[in-house]
Amino acid sequence: MKDMTPEGYTTEDGRKIGGVVMEMKNISLRFGGVVAIKDISFDIRQGEIRAIIGPNGAGKSSMLNVISGFYHPQEGEIWYQGKLRPPMKPYEVAQQGIARTFQNIALFEGMTVLDNVMTGRIRQMKAGLFAQAIWKGKAEREEVENRAVVEKVIDFLEIQHIRKTPVSRLPYGLKKRVELARALAAEPSILLLDEPMAGMNVEEKEDMSRFILDVNDEFGTTIALIEHDMGVVMDLSDRVVVMDYGRKIGDGTPDEVRNNQDVIDAYLGVAHD
Amino acid sequence: MPDQLLFGMEVVLNGLMAGVLYALVALGFVLIYKASGIFNYAQGVMALFAALTLVGVMEGQVPFAHLINAILGTQVHHFGWHVPTLLAIILTILVMVLLAWTVNQLIFRHLVNQEPIILFMATIGLAYFLEGFGDIMWGSDIKKLDVGLPQGINPAIDDLTFGIFGYGFFIDNLDIVATVVAALLVVSLVLFAQYSKQGRAMRAVADDHQAALSVGISLKFIWVMVWSLAGFVALVAGIMWGTKSGVQFSLSLIALKALPVLMLGGFTSIPGAIVGGLIIGVGEKLFEFSVGPMVGGATENWFAYVLALIFLVFRPQGLFGEKIIERV
Repeated sequence: MKDMTPEGYTTEDGRKIGGVVMEMKNISLRFGGVVAIKDISFDIRQGEIRAIIGPNGAGKSSMLNVISGFYHPQEGEIWYQGKLRPPMKPYEVAQQGIARTFQNIALFEGMTVLDNVMTGRIRQMKAGLFAQAIWKGKAEREEVENRAVVEKVIDFLEIQHIRKTPVSRLPYGLKKRVELARALAAEPSILLLDEPMAGMNVEEKEDMSRFILDVNDEFGTTIALIEHDMGVVMDLSDRVVVMDYGRKIGDGTPDEVRNNQDVIDAYLGVAHD
Repeated sequence: MPDQLLFGMEVVLNGLMAGVLYALVALGFVLIYKASGIFNYAQGVMALFAALTLVGVMEGQVPFAHLINAILGTQVHHFGWHVPTLLAIILTILVMVLLAWTVNQLIFRHLVNQEPIILFMATIGLAYFLEGFGDIMWGSDIKKLDVGLPQGINPAIDDLTFGIFGYGFFIDNLDIVATVVAALLVVSLVLFAQYSKQGRAMRAVADDHQAALSVGISLKFIWVMVWSLAGFVALVAGIMWGTKSGVQFSLSLIALKALPVLMLGGFTSIPGAIVGGLIIGVGEKLFEFSVGPMVGGATENWFAYVLALIFLVFRPQGLFGEKIIERV
C-alpha cells in the first residue's frame, strides 16, 4: 500500500477509497482471566471492504462485537467519524449508523421478509409514539418513504419473490440474504458482516460474494467483514487484518498478508515457542 | 317462537357480553407475552390496582393514609376534593406508566435472558407485592366506582325484542359499553402492532432480543411501553369490572378466568383473546342454562377450565396461536 495517505488511497482495481471512518486504538478485551483481544489497533476507511480474518478462537467475533457495542473493551479507544466514542449500548451504536449481521442469523422468524427489512429502517423513522398511534400525516409519509427504500434493497438483493413469506420458512442461504437486506436497509455508514459465508455451499458463496461487491460498488457502503474462508476473503477485500490468539499479526492488502510469514505460520499451525 | 329458545338466545347474548370482560383481562396477558415472552401473573392485580387508584384519585383519598396516621398519629383520610373523571383517568394512566417503568427498572431489567419460569415467578412475586401495596396505599374496603358509564337494563332493546318476539331481552347497558370499548381497543392495538414503527419494534423485540438491538431498538423503551399498554388495558378492565361489581380484592381473581381464555385463543394472538373470551363467556352461560339444572348448578365455576383442558389435549397452541414447531 504505497499511496496510502490520510485522504485515502486507490485500490488495485482502481476504486478511490476515502479517509478513516473508524479507528480502533489499542483495544484490549478480557472475559475474567481470558484475554480475547490484546492491544489491537486498525482503521476502517470510507468505501473500502475491510476483512478481519484468523483461525478459530482468534478473537474476530469479539472484535466485531466490540465495534457493534455488544462487548465493551477494558482498554483502548474507538474513534468513529472523527470523534471518540463513549461506551454505548448496541442499539445506540446501530442508531449511529453501524449495521450488522450475525454468524448464526438473528432474524425475526415470525415476521415476513418485508417486515424484517422494514425494521432496518427504524433509525430513520422519527415520528413519535402518538403520531404513530393515531397514524396521520408525518407518520404515514414516513412509512411510505421508508417503504420505497426497503423495496429498492429487496430488488437489489433479488428477494422480491419472498417478500411476504415468513422468514421461518426460508432456507438458510436466503435467510442470510434477508439479514443482509435488513442491515442494508439502514443505509449504514459501516456495514459489519459476521461470517457472511458460514454454512453456505459454493453456489451460495458466489452469490453472497457478488452481492457484497455490488453493495459496495452501487451504494459505496463501507464494509467490514469477518470470515475464515481465506479464498473468499482474498478475492473480496481491499485490506485485511489478521488476528491470532487475540493479537494482530498482519495488516495490509491481500497480497501483503498472503506473503506475511506470521500469517502463514498461524494458518499452517506452526508451534509457538 | 318457544320461550325456551328465546331464553336461550338471551343467555347467549349475555354470555357474549360476559366474554368481552374476560377478553379484556386476557388482552393484557397477550400484550406482555407477545412482546417479552413473560406470562404476567400480575395482570389481574394490575387491573385491581388501576381501579383502586382511579377510585382513590377521584374521591380525593390520601394515599397511604393508614400508614401516615399510624406513624404520625394524625387523622388524615381525604384531601376533601373530587377530581373530575377524565382527569382522574389520565392521572391513573400516568401512575400505570410509572408502575411499568419501575417494574422494568427494579425487576425485569435484571432478568434479561433468564428462563421463562424465572420470569413467571417474578410476576407472581409482583402480583403479591402489588396486592399488598394497593391495600396499604388505598385501604382494603370495598369501593364503589362510578365513572358515569350507563348501567342497568337497556329499555330500547327490551322494547324492540318484546315487539318482535313478545319477550323482552335483558341486556345491561354496561355490557354494551364494554363491548364497544373492547372492540375499539382490539382494533387499535392490532393496527398499532401491525403498522406502526413502535408496533413493529415490539414484535421484533418479542422475536429476537439480539437482532432487535442490532437494528437500533432500545429494549428498555419497548418493555416500558408494553407494560404501560398492559397497564392501560388493565385500567380499562378494572373500570368495567369495578363498575359492575365494585372495586374489591376479589377483582384480582378474575385473572384466573383469563387463563382458560388464553388457552382457547392462544397466548400470542390479540384477536384470539377476544374470540377465546367470547367462547368461554357463551359456553359457560349456555352450559349453566342447559346442563346446570341437572347437576345442581354452579357449573360456571369449573366449565371454563374443563373446556381449556380439552383444548390443551387437541390443540395446545389454541385457536389462533402460532403453531409450535421445533426444527431438529
